[in-house]
Amino acid sequence: MIRYAWVIALLPFVSFLLTMFFGKRLPGKGAWLGVLAVGAGLVMSLTVLGHFASGGSPYEASIHWFTIGPFDFEVGEYLDGLAAVMLVVVTLVSLCVQVYSMGYMHGDRRYVWFFAVLSLFTGAMLNLVIANNLFQLLVSWELVGICSYLLIGHWWEEKENSDAAIKAFITTKIGDVPFLIGIFGLTIAAGTANIQGISEQAASGAIPTVALTAGALLLFGGAIGKSAQFPLHVWLPDAMAGPTPVSALIHAATMVAAGVYLVGRMFLVFENAAPAALNFVATIACVTMIGAALLAMVQDDIKRVLAYSTISQLAYMLAGLSLGPAGYTPGLFHLFTHAFFKALLFLGAGSVIHAVKTNNMSQMGGLRKKMPVTFGTFIIGSAALMGIPPLAGFWSKDEIITAAWRSGHHVLWACAIITAFLTAFYMTRALLLTFYGEYRGEAHAHESPRVMTGPLIVLAGLSAVVGFLGAPQLGAVFGEWVHLPEGVESEPFNYGMALMSMLGVGLGIAVGYRLYAIWREREPLLALGPTYKILSSKYYIDDFYMKYLVKPIQRRLSAAVDVFNRRVLDGIVHSFAYGALGFAWLVEAFDRRAVDGAVNGLAQAAGTTGGMLKYLQSGNIQRYAVSLFVGVAILAVLILKVR
Amino acid sequence: MISLKLVLLFSAGLFATGIYGVLARRHAVLVLMSIELMLNAVNLNLVAFAQTFKNVTGQVFALFVITVAAAEVGIGLAIIILIFRNRETINIDEVDEMRW
Repeated sequence: MIRYAWVIALLPFVSFLLTMFFGKRLPGKGAWLGVLAVGAGLVMSLTVLGHFASGGSPYEASIHWFTIGPFDFEVGEYLDGLAAVMLVVVTLVSLCVQVYSMGYMHGDRRYVWFFAVLSLFTGAMLNLVIANNLFQLLVSWELVGICSYLLIGHWWEEKENSDAAIKAFITTKIGDVPFLIGIFGLTIAAGTANIQGISEQAASGAIPTVALTAGALLLFGGAIGKSAQFPLHVWLPDAMAGPTPVSALIHAATMVAAGVYLVGRMFLVFENAAPAALNFVATIACVTMIGAALLAMVQDDIKRVLAYSTISQLAYMLAGLSLGPAGYTPGLFHLFTHAFFKALLFLGAGSVIHAVKTNNMSQMGGLRKKMPVTFGTFIIGSAALMGIPPLAGFWSKDEIITAAWRSGHHVLWACAIITAFLTAFYMTRALLLTFYGEYRGEAHAHESPRVMTGPLIVLAGLSAVVGFLGAPQLGAVFGEWVHLPEGVESEPFNYGMALMSMLGVGLGIAVGYRLYAIWREREPLLALGPTYKILSSKYYIDDFYMKYLVKPIQRRLSAAVDVFNRRVLDGIVHSFAYGALGFAWLVEAFDRRAVDGAVNGLAQAAGTTGGMLKYLQSGNIQRYAVSLFVGVAILAVLILKVR
Repeated sequence: MISLKLVLLFSAGLFATGIYGVLARRHAVLVLMSIELMLNAVNLNLVAFAQTFKNVTGQVFALFVITVAAAEVGIGLAIIILIFRNRETINIDEVDEMRW
């Protein structure tokens, strides 16, 4: 089975093509094609995971792609526990999102296209997961980027949406520049683009530490862009412009997970680089997790709350990974659990938005009774995100916090605890504003159809239980699936740490409840004064980028492009035109002189000869007769003489 | 028996007279008559040679020539009459429509 794992990634591509070309003519507009492809992929992924759960060893296969100089490039699959887990997560979340979208996007003007791109998006991410070399990974990486661009800008008729799509695309591309350089650097340093090859050489010290450190930092640049870490986090909140199922897919399984997955996949490079590399990751992660969590507190748009929450949680995963070997499994475990409850939260938010026709929590409230299923599942997702035992988030978050404390990263530990507190606060706020109190909106709110609530229930169930996979009391199965080559490190459960994080969470919930239990016209956090202003302005980072980067670059670039256009492009075009003109002149001259000359000359010659000969034609019949007789006489003489 | 030489000499004179008439006279009927002279000079030759070589072909040919000449004169005179009707003249010099 594991040999054919590449089929999992291929299926969505096939469904993409089929949906795109034939979708309109198929019953149900072909939406079920993607569901079918991903569903089959899920079944296959589970068998692949089964292989590793029963102690199977990693599998690699590849075919030759092309050769440049001394470098052989290949297309292939590398499967280990991490890849298998990611396959399951991606196919499962994608399946839920696609089923859900059948309800959410019902009657959309580009329904077929939407499903086609969802398939492509999933396929690209699956291909990224199984890639066995950096170039295949890069191709999928960019494909994921372009798909997110297409989906965020799905409703591109509104300028805001297409702006958001462009912002997402360009911001992630900025991260991709160092990523690309890093890939080239590592490929040259290791002599191969194969991920296992690079990892082995990194572990054995065959690559100089300097090169390894530079490579790790450059790769991390790509992860910063893709996983929306500070300072390239600005695109993710704006990406909320896309349809909500897309947000769920981007935030849970595909786009942003790629950055963390990359760090996990290339972990040996990071681990064996100078400590500066992982310290850098840790610094970025700490800044991002607290910064984004603070921003999540002041958002009115429910999707933006979740977006900042995602940024913060991604930083959590990276923080885990930055701890070194001790944090490898916890960090990736958080990626795993987060996918479920974040997909759940986004789909829940989508269900709410579908019902009340607005994103603003100030116009929601009281939905608890009107949408019981959405409420029930949303509260499970929120609790999982906050880290309330025994839900998923608790186990993974706790592992990271414990690992941080054990390995002596106390600052990071403090940041994680503070973030846990902030997370509990903003999720309590979102819950209370959305589902409690009185309904403040205008639209007639109602529960969503089954095709939407079904995936919610499935994801809620999973969010509740997947945490046990990493529970030390139950043997920490996840650690046996996903671990570094050197072996499994299973840490015993630390009740002290759990208590600490629970205190933080409890405090957050308490503060949130105190402030938002009753709806107030005036936002309670306004009491923070100037701090609130800074938070609601997103630390002025977007303004800073706009004023000092985007605008000047735009201005200069447009000026430069203008000059280039006028001087170079116009010059080329004009010189072509003049060349054509000169050539035409030559042709014309040839035509007139040579061709016309020949024709006219012949005509003239004929005319002249005719003019001269015409005098023979006197009309005097007797003169003709003279010539006749003279001619006969001459002929006669000639004949006689020749004889 | 008149000698062949005499006959040929006479025939040559007749022919020469015909040529002179064709080339020199302006009157169309006279030109036509001169042509008849030339034809008859030829006929004379044909008959003379036929007699000399005891071969009847020459005489047969002479008969053909007389027939053709009769037809020719008929057509020629018809043309001349038509020209005269159209132009009030049969002077050959003045019938020069075919010049450039």
